[in-house]
Amino acid sequence: MTDVAISTDMLEPIADVGGEAQPLLQVKGLTKHFPVRGELFSARKTVRAVDNVSFSVMKGETVGIVGESGCGKSTTARLLMHLMARDAGEIVYDGMQVGRSLSLRELRRGMQMVFQDSYASLNPRLTVEESIAFGPKVHGMADRAARALARELLGKVGLRPETFANRYPHEISGGQRQRVNIARALALSPRLVILDEAVSALDKSVEAQVLNLLADLKREFGLTYLFISHDLNVVRYISDRVLVMYLGEVVELGPVEQVWESPAHPYTRALLAAMPSSDPDNRTEVPSISGDPPNPIDPPPGCRFHTRCPFAEPLCAKDTPSLSDLDTMGHQAACYMAIPGSGHSRAPARARGENAA
Amino acid sequence: MSVLSDAALQAPPTAKARGYWATVGRRIARDKVSMACAFILALIFAAALLAPWLHLADPYQGSMIRRLRHIGTPNYPLGTDELGRDMLARLIYGGRLSLIVGILPVILAFVIGTSLGLVAGYVGGKLNTAIMRTVDVFYAFPSVLLAIAISGALGAGIVNSIVSLTIVFVPQITRVAESVTTGVRNMDFVEAARASGAGPFTIMRVHMLGNVLGPIFVYATGLISVSMILAAGLSFLGLGTKPPEPEWGLMLNTLRTAIYVNPWVAALPGAMIFAVSICFNLLSDGMRSAMDIRN
Amino acid sequence: MFAYIARRIVYVIPIVISVALVCFLLVHITPGDPLVAVLPADASQELAAQLRSAYGFDRPLPVQFGLWLWRAVHGDLGNSIATGRPVLSEVMRAVGNTVMLAIAAAMIGFTLGLLFGLIAGYFRDTWIDKVSTSFAIAGVSLPHYWLGMVMVIIFSVQLNWLPAVGAGPGGSGAWAWDWEHLRYLILPAITTSVIPMGIVTRTVRALTGDILSQDFVEALRAKGLRETEVFRHVVKNAAPTALAVMGLQLGYMLGGSILIETVFSWPGSGLLLNSAIFQRDLPLLQGTILVLALFFVLLNLLVDIAQAAIDPRIKRS
Repeated sequence: MTDVAISTDMLEPIADVGGEAQPLLQVKGLTKHFPVRGELFSARKTVRAVDNVSFSVMKGETVGIVGESGCGKSTTARLLMHLMARDAGEIVYDGMQVGRSLSLRELRRGMQMVFQDSYASLNPRLTVEESIAFGPKVHGMADRAARALARELLGKVGLRPETFANRYPHEISGGQRQRVNIARALALSPRLVILDEAVSALDKSVEAQVLNLLADLKREFGLTYLFISHDLNVVRYISDRVLVMYLGEVVELGPVEQVWESPAHPYTRALLAAMPSSDPDNRTEVPSISGDPPNPIDPPPGCRFHTRCPFAEPLCAKDTPSLSDLDTMGHQAACYMAIPGSGHSRAPARARGENAA
Repeated sequence: MSVLSDAALQAPPTAKARGYWATVGRRIARDKVSMACAFILALIFAAALLAPWLHLADPYQGSMIRRLRHIGTPNYPLGTDELGRDMLARLIYGGRLSLIVGILPVILAFVIGTSLGLVAGYVGGKLNTAIMRTVDVFYAFPSVLLAIAISGALGAGIVNSIVSLTIVFVPQITRVAESVTTGVRNMDFVEAARASGAGPFTIMRVHMLGNVLGPIFVYATGLISVSMILAAGLSFLGLGTKPPEPEWGLMLNTLRTAIYVNPWVAALPGAMIFAVSICFNLLSDGMRSAMDIRN
Repeated sequence: MFAYIARRIVYVIPIVISVALVCFLLVHITPGDPLVAVLPADASQELAAQLRSAYGFDRPLPVQFGLWLWRAVHGDLGNSIATGRPVLSEVMRAVGNTVMLAIAAAMIGFTLGLLFGLIAGYFRDTWIDKVSTSFAIAGVSLPHYWLGMVMVIIFSVQLNWLPAVGAGPGGSGAWAWDWEHLRYLILPAITTSVIPMGIVTRTVRALTGDILSQDFVEALRAKGLRETEVFRHVVKNAAPTALAVMGLQLGYMLGGSILIETVFSWPGSGLLLNSAIFQRDLPLLQGTILVLALFFVLLNLLVDIAQAAIDPRIKRS
């Protein structure tokens, strides 16, 4: 990063180690199960909140994560931030493993998060300026410098420091609070920002403004985003690649355009079909999903979607399809219908990538 | 390394916004009931503290010839007790022990209970279970019964009263502190603070204490009201202070025999307990609504 | 529902054992040798040793606790040192009078509390609310033993309408449901009712206010329901919490009656406790507290189950 985005002293960002080709974030087999108290005298059960999730985020890109509520999106975010211990899996930041070549403290500077609830994520007893300055101070910046940085960042997120620095969270609007939360995340000079439903609670007009702000900041600070949302339109607007989650598992993954134009997993198709479309020619014929998502406590065996899938065959209830390449562009899906020779009656004879070519 | 930008340095120093506690203080100051209570309490405290300099009669010196004088008797504005001691002096001196025995247990329980509750709420897990299950055991006793049981077992005395009342209040404050702490701990801003790399003690100091102490403090203030009644009640039963010390509960006890002779003098110490108790109760209510700043 | 009840009962067992442990330890925190209380002043060394092993005081504490608990489960709480009679029968006789007093007080206190609370919550911030709230706060701030004295001063000493102390002619054993006896119950019952009145008023007022501010009330009114119907919904929603608070208060009245029973010489468990303390009758002290605490635990359990029965939200949680 050659251009100085901010003129005040900032914390030195975690140095780029691996270069362009090294993904900023690699996640392998991330798993988190929560034990749930069962009825009296019955065995303990587990919620498989996140189950064997793998993906990577390249430097400078925006990866979206979509799925219904309860699919494990937010748990994934908290696992990545190390706010919650994972049961299994690897999280590698710029080629460095946390706890080995990268300390947890350093990771916290390299990766920041913006939460959904703008009010709950700000300490009601601290002014806006104090909230933003807290992080840099934790990492050794002097109070005066941290406050100056906080003010400058307020300007960067479109809030006049003179007006807002000494306000308390309850004195400003939801959109303004979310801008403060973004500034707070940026104060540690992170290279990766996880946005967990960061615009979901905002009014539509405010949401658009904040999305544009995020796009501007990304350019200005050279950021990488992991954008979690249930709103497909927003995800499409902001993301380069998208990851679809269902009951704690990744069911489809790929460049946003590819996934939108030729969704391979019936769940993705149903999600897109349920989305109000402005283009009448673009309507899919897939029936929308019936029923509620199954209880994440003890999910169904086999493909987790088979209980709601209109194309389910005996095979789907027996075995679990793994995430398989559909083309050379990185489009992947975990569905027997997309895996050549899987035994599903709708499975293609050959890989679709070759088909298209 | 870049230099502080002009914009950041030259931004006019904004008038420092009024802090949370300053706002709360202003709201309480505007509440007439709270201020009246604070005034009455200040008066009772000041009188008890400054008793030796108030030119009062000797609270221990009785006389068999002027027992149980009525209220309004010259030189004895509030009459005399069953041993002929000046009631005004005894009521004012009585405030010293009564207030100590009434308030000290709550202060002790506040310190102990808040620490336990903070730890249980912040650390969670097995430690939380251990602390909170122990607290549950004490909740299986009605508080009056527990106070009297412990006092009865330990024997009469001021220190024993304070100990038994502290034991009664610690579980109550622990429970409140734990639930408030757990509530704040699960707020996103604490997660955000952890995500910025802050250690548990920094988070506790900057983000938890300020949000947790207020509600616990309000609860404890209300508890003083109960404590005053219980402490005097222990003395009333003969489990607290020993004669001839002036103390409101004990005075009420010894004057019980006088209700047929001079009933209203006999009722005076109870009025003092009531006054202190209701003032702390109203003050606690006033603080609670003043701290609810969102509306 | 059955599973919920079963879970609650299982959960109560460790509480009951811990309560017993606390009662057991009470005797061991008393200063001095617990034997002193049962030992004649001029006892010889041999007699002391003999009694020590007879009472099991020479065994390790956990063993003593086990033995004591075993006997307690079988209804043997030892004998009162003062009277020589079994503790359990002494306590159960006295508890009957306390239950009578508590129920009479509950009828007064709960009725007034519900009435004041509903009115205050329904007419929030009107003069009627302020009056009710003042009553409530006075009720919870009153030293009730003092109120008892004041009642005696007014109604017994000044007006000479009602008796000041005791449970009527014939002593504690000769209770009858006639005016001759009932007049003895009036002052203690009113005095006892003041705290629950205050607490129920405050609870119900807050509940009513909260429920009235919820959206569904707005919807009921929008549907064109009459105000009396709306009120019925409010009562239905407030009932589970109000019931829980009242159950707890009944427990406090049973367990915390010592001060009022002392003021009125009402021959209940509180007065028994008082005499046990001052005669240093440790088995009686221990037994009375254990029985009262167990009553309290049992009452809490019943309240929980009753609450679950009328509140659909609790059953599954």
